[in-house]
Order: sequence, then structure tokens, then C-alpha cells
Amino acid sequence: MNEALSAHSITVRLGGRDVLADFSLRLTPGEVTCVVGPNGAGKSTLLACLAGLRRPDRGEARLGEAPVLALSARRRAQRIGFLPQTPEVAWPLEVETLVSLGRLPYPGGLGEAGRAAVSRAMAMTDVTALSHRAADTLSGGERGRVLIARALAGEPEWLLADEPLTGLDPGHQLDACALFGRLARGEGRGVVVTLHDLGLALRMADRVLVLANGALLADGPPAEALSAQVIAQAYGVEARVLAGAHGPLLELVGRRGD
Amino acid sequence: MSRGRILGVCLGLMALVVALGALSLMAGRVWAPWSAWTSAGADPLWTVIFELRLPRTLLGVLIGAALGGSGAALQGYTRNPLADPGMLGVSAMAAFGAVMAIYFGATASTPWILPAAAMAMAGLGVALLLGLAGASSSMVTFILAGSVLQSLAAAATALALNLAPSPWAVNEIIDWMMGSLSDRSFEEVRLAAPFIAAGLGLILSLGRALDALTLGETGARALGVDLAAVRVRLALGVALAVGASVAVTGVVGFVGLIVPHLIRPLVGSRPGALLAPSALGGAALVLAADIAVRLTPSAAEVKLGVAMAALGSPFFLALLIGWRRRLA
Repeated sequence: MNEALSAHSITVRLGGRDVLADFSLRLTPGEVTCVVGPNGAGKSTLLACLAGLRRPDRGEARLGEAPVLALSARRRAQRIGFLPQTPEVAWPLEVETLVSLGRLPYPGGLGEAGRAAVSRAMAMTDVTALSHRAADTLSGGERGRVLIARALAGEPEWLLADEPLTGLDPGHQLDACALFGRLARGEGRGVVVTLHDLGLALRMADRVLVLANGALLADGPPAEALSAQVIAQAYGVEARVLAGAHGPLLELVGRRGD
Repeated sequence: MSRGRILGVCLGLMALVVALGALSLMAGRVWAPWSAWTSAGADPLWTVIFELRLPRTLLGVLIGAALGGSGAALQGYTRNPLADPGMLGVSAMAAFGAVMAIYFGATASTPWILPAAAMAMAGLGVALLLGLAGASSSMVTFILAGSVLQSLAAAATALALNLAPSPWAVNEIIDWMMGSLSDRSFEEVRLAAPFIAAGLGLILSLGRALDALTLGETGARALGVDLAAVRVRLALGVALAVGASVAVTGVVGFVGLIVPHLIRPLVGSRPGALLAPSALGGAALVLAADIAVRLTPSAAEVKLGVAMAALGSPFFLALLIGWRRRLA
């Protein structure tokens, strides 16, 4: 059974401001957790702390009982897959080679298990047909999917993705939502995704965290966490949550006070 | 890109280096035929081959491998196809170290001072470069940091020339600024080989990390790469390889720029897979250029560094034209 990922009184100060203030949280595997909140709310910082890529000024992130930063870099990378917000691909690698980079945390060459994981990851993200395309010829959406495949190739227990849906067309956004759901509910992995599209969060999440000013404004099932009141408080936006045929819908009315 | 393919590229380049090495032993003002090789000293050309041309050839292989490998490593780390020890001022810093050693006349009493100074300054150069370019690693910042370093080293070297105590010192200093392989002996080979080997060893150990850096610094760290350790190994490796090369041959530019660029498509652009082939390709390029220099009919021999600059500058220009959209 995969272990829980948790934040214990994490404080991160940047430029004299608390980006995260005494932040505590426990995430359980087998769920898709969506992290939303206005720009600068601390979403990316939280993800970086949980992934062990940033050392908090106070507090710590733990995987199970072990502090994430106490794991060896390689072991941490095997267990927690991280997808950066502005992914960079420097060289025109072939897609298959690019996805294989996800196996780098494992010692030795690619091997049989590695190759199987790579082709499985490519099939899951629907990029198998792109195998021999050079990375610099991909569209933004194709690149986004290839990079998700890269993260999955490492078969991590936890997948932390910073705005992975940005730049995907609606079809592939829904595919990615379904994929995250399969990874969590089907395979028992933990999935944490930051995003700005509240509609997608309502649709895909098992649990939504609403962050504002480095603190947790709401935490719960999507329909509860994303209430009109919370949205107004977090974004300064008046919104209505309507009942749609396929789940709750969000209608943005306008800026508050308009 | 399969391992087999990369191995094939390496074997092909190795064969090229061996062929050019043999040619380098034969070619020159006097053509040395095979009969002279097997004469075991009876033919006077035997001495030319084994006392003059063999150390020259070995040095060519060594510095070519050092420069080609360093270029590939710097390009991989900076994710910048224009990075090269010459272009980024690392060679110029090493030359400045050598010039200082000559200037203070320390080389006559203690010969190891010169390579030590060259390597120390090359190390300082890489450290300054990584420090100046900072965490951003943007292409423009790196090129600018490189030109700052380049002008710094050039100014310091010019100052040394300016204040040089004697015309002999000036001559010797100018010699370092135009790299050459002529009149080198086994002493230089012995001096440079261990450092270049150690430097290349460090550089070749960076393959995984450079592959991971394709995904940027955050991406690499997420894959479990310790970037601080990578930086130290890179700086040390390039300093040893380039510093030792410059110490025995002076500045030979553009090798680290041209070679990785030509080989990159053959290894599917994977930066880690580019390291060993670039070292081999660098050896081949320096050997070829040195053979061409020796065969050029001119009164004084054209210096290798000058020939490489004449060859490299147009290449750089072509590269820049291809890249200017991405640099903007």
C-alpha cells in the first residue's frame, strides 16, 4: 500500500512574505487532489515542498513517516514524480527517448522493466504514435502529454503535477482527467494537480484544496470546497455553482461588486 | 536511440582517429613512407616519426578529446549549443594563467607551475561563469557571462604583454595566445595526459545528469539529480581538461563548438550520449587540422589555433544564423 504524503507546519518565506504559513495537510493515496487558488497563493511552492524540491524555512513534508528530504534524491525521485509548471525540453530528442528520461532515477540501463514502463506510459497518454517525432516539432498539447508520460514512466507512488492541463485542448484535458482518475482510483497512486480551471477541478477531483495567501481556505470534496462563498473569498469573483447533468457546473457572474 | 547505434558512432570515430593518427605520423614537410616506420632507426625518418611526430600526434588526440568533451559537457549543462570552452572564455582564462606563469618567470625553475596556473585559472573561469550566469541558465545570460570572462582574460593578458619585462617574454606570451602543436616532445605529453584523462573521466561521469537537464533544472532535480554536485564535477572536469590542454598547446578554439554540433544528430541529440563521441570527434578534428597546417606551403608554419579560428568563425556564424530566432 502506498504511503500518505503530508505537510507538517510548513512555512516558506520569500521576499519578506509568507508564501506558505504554518501549513499542515495530509494527502491520501488513491485520490485525485486538486489544488486551486489565485496567482501567488502558494500552490507551486506547496507542490515543490511536497516533492522535496524546496526546503521549507520551517516544518517538513513527509512520505509516510519519513521526511521527504531525508530520502536519497534517487529514492525520492522514484517514489514522487513531479511535473514542473513550465516544462523545458532543451534538445530535439525523439519522444520515446524523452519519455525514457523518466527512468533515470533507476540505476543501470533502461532494461526490460524500464522499456515496458515507458511504452505503458506512452500508451496511457496516447503518444505512442509520436514515438519517433523530435520534441521540437510537437504542438503544445502534444508536448504536454509527452511530459505527463515522462513522469509516469518512473511509475511513482505519487504524481505531483503543476498545471499539467494548461495548453491541452478540451478533448485531451478530459483524457488527462480520466488518466489521473485511473492512476488514483484504479492503481492506488496519489495524484496532486494544481490548476486554474475550477470547472475541471469540480469534475475530476476527489478532494479540492483552495489556497489563498499561503493558507488553506477550504478543503473537502469539490462541491463543498468550491462553494460560491469560498470562490468569492479566494478570487474576488462572484460565482454560482449549478447542478449539471454530468456533475456540478460553475458559472462566473463577474467581479465582486460589479 | 539505441545503445548499439551510439556504440557504432564511437567505433566509427575511433577508426577515424586511428586513420588520422597514422596519417599524422606520415604527413609533413617530408613524407614518411611505411618503410621508414619498420626501419627501427636505420632510416633517419624513423626519428622524425617517433621523436617529433608521435608526441605531436598524441598531444593532438589528447587536447582534441579534452576540448571536444568539454564543449559537449558545457553545451549539455547550459542547454546551449553555442557553449564552448573557447567561446565562454575558459580557454582565455587558462591562457592568462599560463601567461602569468611565464611573466613571472616561474616556468624555468619549476615547469609544473605553468599547467597548474592554467588549470587554476580555467577552474576560476568555469566557477565565475556558473556564478555569473546564476540559477537562470538562460542562453543569453550565459553567452554574456562568457564574453565578460573573455574580455576580462584578454584585458589581463594584454596588461601582461604591456608590462612584459623583455621582448622574449612578449614572444613567449604571444606563443600561448596562438595555440600550436609544433615542436612538442614527450615531456608535454607526460605533463598533460594525466590531467586530461582525469578531467575527461569527470566529464564522462556526467552523462545521466546532462540527460536529465534536458528537462531544465527543476526537471533534473525532480529526477533525483544533485545539481550542486554536478556543477562541481563539471567545473573540475573542464578545468583539468581545458587547463592542461592550454598549458601544453596554448589556445585552440572552436573545437568544442564544432564537434558536438556535428555529432549531435548522430546520437539522437541526447546530451549524455554526446560526451564520448565528442571527445573522439575532437581528437579527429584537431588531428585533421594539424595535418592540414603542416601541409600548408608557407614560409612559417600556420599556427593550429589560427587555423582553427579561420575554420571555426564561419562555422560559428552559420550556427548563429540558424539559431538567431531562438536566441532572440
